[in-house]
Amino acid sequence: MHQGMQTIPDVENAEIPGIFRGTPVITKEAVDVHALVHLCPTDAISANPVSIDLGKCTFCGACAFTFPDKIRFTKDFKIATNDRNRLVVREGEAKPIALDPGLIRQEIAGFFKGSLKLRQVSAGGDNSCELELNACGNVNFDMGRFGIEFVASPRHADGIVITGPLTESMAAPLQRCYDAIPDPKIIILAGTDAISGGIFSGSAALNRSFLSNHRIDLYVPGNPVHPLTFINGVLDLIRSGRAGLSR
Amino acid sequence: MNPYKVYGPSDMMRGVTMKNNTAIPVKEIPVLQYEDFLEMNCSLIGEETHHCVNYFGVHYGNSVRLICCLADDKDATLLISSAEINPEEATNYPSFTARHLSFHAFERELCENTGISYIDHPWLKPLRYAFNRKNQGEGIENYPFYEIKSEELHEVGVGPIHAGIIEPGHFRFICNGEQILHLEIQLGYQHRGIESLFLTKKRLLQRATLSESIAGDSVVGHALAFANLWESLCGYEPDEDLQFARTVASEIERIAIHTGDLSAICTDIGYQLGSAVFGRLRTPVINFFQEWCGNRLAKGLIRPGNSHFHFSSHLGNHLKKVLDDYEPDFDEMWKEFHTLPTALGRLEKTGVISRDLSASIGTVGMTARASGIMRDIRTTHSYGLYNLLTPISIVKHHGDVYSRTKIRHDEIVQSSYYLRKIIGRIPSVAVNRRSLSAPAHERFAISLTEGWRGEICHCAITDNKGELLHYKVKDPSLHNWLALALAVRNNEISDFPICNKSFDLSYCGHDL
Repeated sequence: MHQGMQTIPDVENAEIPGIFRGTPVITKEAVDVHALVHLCPTDAISANPVSIDLGKCTFCGACAFTFPDKIRFTKDFKIATNDRNRLVVREGEAKPIALDPGLIRQEIAGFFKGSLKLRQVSAGGDNSCELELNACGNVNFDMGRFGIEFVASPRHADGIVITGPLTESMAAPLQRCYDAIPDPKIIILAGTDAISGGIFSGSAALNRSFLSNHRIDLYVPGNPVHPLTFINGVLDLIRSGRAGLSR
Repeated sequence: MNPYKVYGPSDMMRGVTMKNNTAIPVKEIPVLQYEDFLEMNCSLIGEETHHCVNYFGVHYGNSVRLICCLADDKDATLLISSAEINPEEATNYPSFTARHLSFHAFERELCENTGISYIDHPWLKPLRYAFNRKNQGEGIENYPFYEIKSEELHEVGVGPIHAGIIEPGHFRFICNGEQILHLEIQLGYQHRGIESLFLTKKRLLQRATLSESIAGDSVVGHALAFANLWESLCGYEPDEDLQFARTVASEIERIAIHTGDLSAICTDIGYQLGSAVFGRLRTPVINFFQEWCGNRLAKGLIRPGNSHFHFSSHLGNHLKKVLDDYEPDFDEMWKEFHTLPTALGRLEKTGVISRDLSASIGTVGMTARASGIMRDIRTTHSYGLYNLLTPISIVKHHGDVYSRTKIRHDEIVQSSYYLRKIIGRIPSVAVNRRSLSAPAHERFAISLTEGWRGEICHCAITDNKGELLHYKVKDPSLHNWLALALAVRNNEISDFPICNKSFDLSYCGHDL
């Protein structure tokens, strides 16, 4: 076989081919704000100031198609953060989305810098984020080279990656899985559905109480998450904190 | 031997006949006595040319209108009939399922959602524990599993959370040593209330977004079913530019997911080379979606009456290049894989579902075709530009894991051929595209597409203001989950993963 080298050598500086809707830029351009806000299928856009919440955004791009002078999505795929507020991008503010190192718990860098094993739980996920999380480990993205892998048992895991809007029927299994992971452990929300409920927001079939009872260590937006967004987000989480063993 | 009256063409007036992707006034659907309704549908379904594509209940006050949609694969028509019942008054309805097993999931759903109770349904258990189910006293944690009390047999419970990155569902095996005697699959963990959300989220973009979130591995299949349905409700004829892009997207999705499945099948038999190579071959295919519409799974690509992403000749050339690069490597890997005795030994005669069994439980799509049954909406109820491709369905005959693997290979080769055939005639970008009007009042619409997994069916009913009164989604998985449960009988439990992957059914598509 002669498949050649298929792996993306530098995941931090790779470029996604073609169109990618990453960090948006919102100008100060005056537009019909009511129409803009009403356009968004997941109410991710707010007025005064005009802002987009990437935790709610499905990245469909409808706002940018209708108001191209107001909103533009850049190809910046590094949109993961550990601060929920940083997912809100406001008009006139053009700065990249990044983690707040001050919010990273000390034991994360202490324990997980070189090795992080994750248990994935799909709680109503539509299998799109699941496909992309699987892709993180394929020969193209090769997340394993950084010591980051998905494992079968929560007993072997250092954290949990949740996809989907968190259904009522998955509330109890999710909690049991989390409880089975030894301390210290982290929680990552992958995808818009997990972060805010996405298009399922308001459904009576959801039970999102797990999120209000636990601290979230990383938010990875996307519909679905792009493997490069996920890998870079996790790398930033385990590499940019200050190491220390105390809590 | 049939004690029932056999219905023939003269009885067709008992239902209304329509075509795929059309809408009719609701009042044209005849309302039959339940007994006649049952007789007609059950008689017709005994013939292989007919199968049930959707059967559901719509609440009208205290009563429930049952609507059954049978496809006539020979005439390319859909026969819609209905009956009105009051579940609270009568509790002793004879079931369709007792006559033909292929109705079993529909009637379980009807029982769960409307409270209709059947006297002779063989397996009347909750289907998905929908949030708006009639019996709120029952919970998913108390699902009544089939049990065998025995000293020799043991049970194995797997899930709802599985070992890989995969959706949740519970599998309960009853085994004799390593041998599976019985498998019961309990789903519902993924239930998000999608059908209700179609009614409560009223903006078109919200509904289009919902449709592409039904099953994220079948974005094109479901989004297209919604777009076609909505356009027929609005009396909108999509232009060639739209039709072209949708047809191309459908076949790219088929190639991408089939390739990923071949990788996963290799993973499950521990064949690392196939796993890695098929895995990486999928990447440029889904990256083509990225380049086309900015999303690797084609979310955002298909919109009713509109498109932001014209399929340009530049994209056509690029797609040709993607296929040119894909084909030789795919071909080489396939030859390596399917001549490897250790691989074939795991696939052949494993997880067999015979033609008769497949027909009796009403499988659809790739699963049916791998068991020798021609079920393919592209050929029998054509839509989009498939009539230009004169598609021929690929049918396999052994119904084993190997058949379901080989059919993926053959369908990839075929889809690639279709794409090459069609990209020679890219239509120019549509100018002055007509915009959608509001949906017509009191209409019933139905849309069928052939996703990579099988037939997807969406139905909608509008009220006297043109608002959605009912929305019904059916993923092919609803039919096919039982096939998996039956296919693993008498196999070793260690072969369960490979059987499961060979069907690759959707949890979220089933749970909705």
